[in-house]
Amino acid sequence: MGPLSVNELISNNTNLFLAFIIGIGFGFVLEQSGFSSSRKLAGVFYGYDTVVLKVFFTAAITAMLGLLFFSLFGWIDLNLIYINPTYLTSAIVGGMIMGVGFIMGGFCPGTSFCGASIGKIDAMVFIGGLFIGILIFALGYKIWDGMYLANFLGFPKISQVLGLSDGVVAFLMVIVALGMFWVGEWAEKKFPREEY
Amino acid sequence: METKKTKYLNPYIGGVLLGIVLLAANFISGRGLGASGAMKSVVVSSITTVAPSSSEKMGFVKEFRDAHPGNPMKTWLVFEMTGVLVGGFISGAFAGRLKLKVEHSPKITSKRRLLFALMGGMLFGFGAELGRGCTSGSALSGMAVLSLGGFITMVAIFGTAYATAYFFRKNWI
Repeated sequence: MGPLSVNELISNNTNLFLAFIIGIGFGFVLEQSGFSSSRKLAGVFYGYDTVVLKVFFTAAITAMLGLLFFSLFGWIDLNLIYINPTYLTSAIVGGMIMGVGFIMGGFCPGTSFCGASIGKIDAMVFIGGLFIGILIFALGYKIWDGMYLANFLGFPKISQVLGLSDGVVAFLMVIVALGMFWVGEWAEKKFPREEY
Repeated sequence: METKKTKYLNPYIGGVLLGIVLLAANFISGRGLGASGAMKSVVVSSITTVAPSSSEKMGFVKEFRDAHPGNPMKTWLVFEMTGVLVGGFISGAFAGRLKLKVEHSPKITSKRRLLFALMGGMLFGFGAELGRGCTSGSALSGMAVLSLGGFITMVAIFGTAYATAYFFRKNWI
């Protein structure tokens, strides 16, 4: 049955319309969770507000388990789902640059759109920065395309690398997430928190 | 100071709802959520409008064109991120949070906050291109499908932010 668009059960235009609806859900949940506030987002890096950690990992394990159960029930063919490729060098270097951007800017791209939607001017400026950053990457593509394409490992899943089944990896992730939630709750009690 | 306390959703409930949205994206469209890719469409669209002839020779534009033939703005992520603006606005309207303002720690000026937002955005935009996706497309959606690359990017983003948080603490605490 699923994924609906890949199995051509819905047309391309329907798929794009549903992308819009999915986006509404995405934006609504982000805003309701407080992801429109850079001070709330940055809190995770200082321990005074760990909402990012809780929402992010709860979402990841919910979707992960959902996909595994859907597959088990025969509702979705996991072989037809997009798996992000692994380019080792650019995954690490790109991630590190994004990490610095995160702590400086207080947003990531998705949350900046969310912040901008309720009138945060700092979020709008961040989006302007995104445009410039992507433009710089585009214009200088020849300079870093070697790094961009280096160490391509294909489309491996963590389960394949560890030699475990998807279910066991998902179970381990849930355990790790629960441990992190515990640390998050502890940090919020330990570090002072102001209302903003 | 505001007298009304800002009320947000319980983060674990928010996380489950976000997970369901991500699951829906995979079930309906066979892909995860994303954000930076929509800005990539805007950049490609701008480049091809401003310099149509030389843009064809650019490796970046060519790579995008190969993956997305046709109008660069007619992509899944552009529709999804337009939805994010609508969804965020609806949520903000219900919660009484619609307000044009620069949010920053009382210890820093608005100007400083905006300068850092601009620099942070530039780094994030560049990094998201290099890393083939941002916190949404690579880290969150990648982790949900157990992608090794997504997991590595997630560790690199959060690890680096924690490692450098000390140097930018005055902006936040």
